[in-house]
Amino acid sequence: MTAMSLLSVDSLTVKLPVAGEMRTVLKDVSFELEPGKALGLVGESGSGKSMTVRTIARLLPPGADVTGHVRFDGTEVFDLRGEALRKYRAGDVSMIFQDARAHTNPVRRIGDFLTEALCTNQRMPKKQAEARAVELLAEVGIHNPEQRLRQYPHELSGGLLQRVMIAAAVAVKPRLILADEPTTALDVTTQAEVMVILKRMQSEYGMAMLFITHDLELASSVCDDTIVFYAGQVVERQQASRLHRDPLHPYTAALVRARPEIERRAGRLPALPGHPTTAYEAPDGCAFAPRCAFAQDACRVSVPPLLRIGEQGDSRCVRMPELHGSLLAAAGTTQEVTP
Amino acid sequence: MTALAAEGRMVARTARRMRRTGALGLSGWTAVGALVLIVLIAAVGPLLNSVDPNAVSLSEAYQNPSAAHLLGTDANGRDLFARLVDGSRTALTGPFLVVLVSTILGTSLALAAVWFGGWFDQVSVRVMDAVFAFPGLLLAILATALFGSGLTAAVAALSIAYIPYIGRIVRSAALRERNLPYVAALRVQGVHGVLISLKHILPNISGLIVANATLAFGFALMDLAGLSFIGLGVQAPTPDWGAMVGTGMSGILQGFPDEALFASALIVITVAAVNVLGDRLTERSEALS
Amino acid sequence: MSAQDAAPASTTTPKPAPRGESGKAVAKFVAQRVAGLLATLFVASLVVFGSLYLAPGNPLTFLTHGRSMTPDAITQLKAQYHLDDPLWMQYLRWLGGVLHGDFGTSIIYNQPVGALLETRMQSTLLLVVMAAVMVLVFGLAIGVFAGLKPGFLSRSVMAVATATMAVPTFVAAVILILVFAVNLGWFPVFGAGSPGLDAVYHMVLPALGLALASVAFVARLSQAAIRQELSSDHVQTAISRGLARRFIVRRHVIRNAAMPVLTVAGLTIAGLIAGSVVVEQVFQLGGFGQFLVSSVQQKDFPVVQAICMVYVASFIVLNTVIDLLYSLLDPRVSLGRTAS
Repeated sequence: MTAMSLLSVDSLTVKLPVAGEMRTVLKDVSFELEPGKALGLVGESGSGKSMTVRTIARLLPPGADVTGHVRFDGTEVFDLRGEALRKYRAGDVSMIFQDARAHTNPVRRIGDFLTEALCTNQRMPKKQAEARAVELLAEVGIHNPEQRLRQYPHELSGGLLQRVMIAAAVAVKPRLILADEPTTALDVTTQAEVMVILKRMQSEYGMAMLFITHDLELASSVCDDTIVFYAGQVVERQQASRLHRDPLHPYTAALVRARPEIERRAGRLPALPGHPTTAYEAPDGCAFAPRCAFAQDACRVSVPPLLRIGEQGDSRCVRMPELHGSLLAAAGTTQEVTP
Repeated sequence: MTALAAEGRMVARTARRMRRTGALGLSGWTAVGALVLIVLIAAVGPLLNSVDPNAVSLSEAYQNPSAAHLLGTDANGRDLFARLVDGSRTALTGPFLVVLVSTILGTSLALAAVWFGGWFDQVSVRVMDAVFAFPGLLLAILATALFGSGLTAAVAALSIAYIPYIGRIVRSAALRERNLPYVAALRVQGVHGVLISLKHILPNISGLIVANATLAFGFALMDLAGLSFIGLGVQAPTPDWGAMVGTGMSGILQGFPDEALFASALIVITVAAVNVLGDRLTERSEALS
Repeated sequence: MSAQDAAPASTTTPKPAPRGESGKAVAKFVAQRVAGLLATLFVASLVVFGSLYLAPGNPLTFLTHGRSMTPDAITQLKAQYHLDDPLWMQYLRWLGGVLHGDFGTSIIYNQPVGALLETRMQSTLLLVVMAAVMVLVFGLAIGVFAGLKPGFLSRSVMAVATATMAVPTFVAAVILILVFAVNLGWFPVFGAGSPGLDAVYHMVLPALGLALASVAFVARLSQAAIRQELSSDHVQTAISRGLARRFIVRRHVIRNAAMPVLTVAGLTIAGLIAGSVVVEQVFQLGGFGQFLVSSVQQKDFPVVQAICMVYVASFIVLNTVIDLLYSLLDPRVSLGRTAS
């Protein structure tokens, strides 16, 4: 752990009880996040990115089995109990959920939602909290904020509600924002607007951010670094801006190739063969091996370690040293979808 | 939908699927077992009775259980065991008829209302609301006031009173079903509305109907037993569980609570079994849809 | 959702209906419900009145039931029911009387039914009100406790509640008499007692018997509602914000579970009206219910009609009031939606 990091996740493994047995959802996850930086967590649904964030916020379901370390500003998050845990959640980390509608109380007004944390956690007087709420709503670009305070969540559109969620998250001036696919549930035009606001708030307030998405481009435009999840493991970590130009893992490469690009004319987009695997179902060896065009016998023997690839980043692919730089070029090797 | 919520839902679905493979679960099957036993007693019990359930013998009043009288006797010296066994017939037949009639009528009305829609639907909803305003027991009492005490008038009245109970549930389920794409597809193919309602919609909501009919059986049993208890239902000397709790009241005051207790126990066990089965069936119909 | 979602978020101005308009919507909604209430009451009155003509034989022989009555009495009966008038006039006259509290004359007591009912109202009212209080207090307390503290105790309480729901009112009443009146002697067996505290004391067992199954039902209902809210996404949000558990329970769990639970509890309480007939019979409370049963047995039809009408009317009015309150107080219910 570097002295600089705000958040340090170290060999985190999480098992959840499902149907009477413990299933692994996260396997040996490690990463660091520096203050004020944004880190993207990319992967398919079920790959463990959401679970990682929930582990950091200590929002795991009861019965979860956790090993490894999550340190926030040097403090072991899993040692926090009672008041200390509440303080950590109240002031240090804030969470922005994907489905803002489900995550706001339908029978409480927007004003209550924005001020309750200020009033109860920071003992701010009601009037002052309301003034602050009005300020915050204006900051996230909501018109007539005074009027909005008196409305109920069902009277707001999804995009507006997600802005309210962002305002509520930054209201307490946390040092770390956990954004769990904050724009996935919104339509495309609203997505862009909400994203711009989130990014602006993050840099204005100087907060660090863990940004979950399954959209590589979005991650690269918002984040400094990106880590890619597959089957509960980190398979790649590198600078967000280089990720889609020079991926360090066959899985990332396949994801990049599977999306359309404006500059490239493609007759048919190559699809990833097979289905995404969960950590629980992952085979021996590399979890991605069954779907990988580059897989060799060696890949199926043992779980590959996270290798450092020069100064560029990390990769959990044993063949990376030889394949580096040629993943996107080797177009013919991935299967194409036949209609 | 967050990943965790999705995961949670998946877990719940798996759990439900597991439950489904075990069909009704332990409590459900226990209830089924109890009900089978009770129905068996009602069906063949009275044939095996060696004692006449109506044989009065005042010298043998309030006897304790013995070889001659398995559960003792009542105030008139009648054999309690024989009366309880015999009484199971009236106790079960009444609710069964109520559920049968109200389910058939309620389901037909609801399916027709959903299919035709428009004013027919509006009128049937209004009528069901109006009938719903009459508590079943009250309608049954009114009926016995008009047609004389006894099971016939009460069963007829409850059959009507229970129509909206089934009808409302079937209507909303059928409405949901009707708006599904497959119904539109069938209509485009020119399949007749009656056929769609009976061959597609009805089977798809049958689990729900059976579950609610089961629960209605419990309510009907309680209503009819209550009516017999206050003396407006099954008339003496015909044995009936509800009526026996009523006649057992005088025994309670004299220190012989057996008649009231045995009859109460049978009513509670039957209703509890029916309720548990109804709950499990409801869960199952929800899990399957 | 749909209309607002489609518009670009930043340009939509908030459009909470202006004060006057939302007031108008509420007034329209209330008017609709009241109209529905009146329509249902109308149909109910038709049924209660018309039932006389459903009875076998002609109305006069049904009313007299072969009793030897003086010609005077028969004339009076004919005059009271206006049996010589057309049917619709008879109905209107009866309805007009009912609206003025005139339910006709009892055949057995030869007194105005209204006066007979007045003396019997108190015990029925006390019984239903006490039972209603028990349903709310015990049902909600047990349910909230079991919902907030899952575990063995909570599961056992719910199992007992499930079993209790299978106990019909009259069985509960009989068992309560056996245990608390006959064996323990804590409470009187029969009667309504003298007005005041004594009446309340006499009414404890009857009210408990009437309330028991509903207490169990409300307990189960509120337990399920609390559990559901506890696991809801918005409570996750509250937890993630570091709010104290007690605060979350009060502001987000109880508050959200309260509206639907109170509504169903209210409807359950309205349902106690019918059950009170049986309980009054068990405890000989001398209220409406006992009067109804004895009038049915004595074929005193004017009394039967009157009590049925009072019961049905209170049931309908209570239901409507609860439904109205729920719709107006819960922000999630949109008033524009037609009820069905």
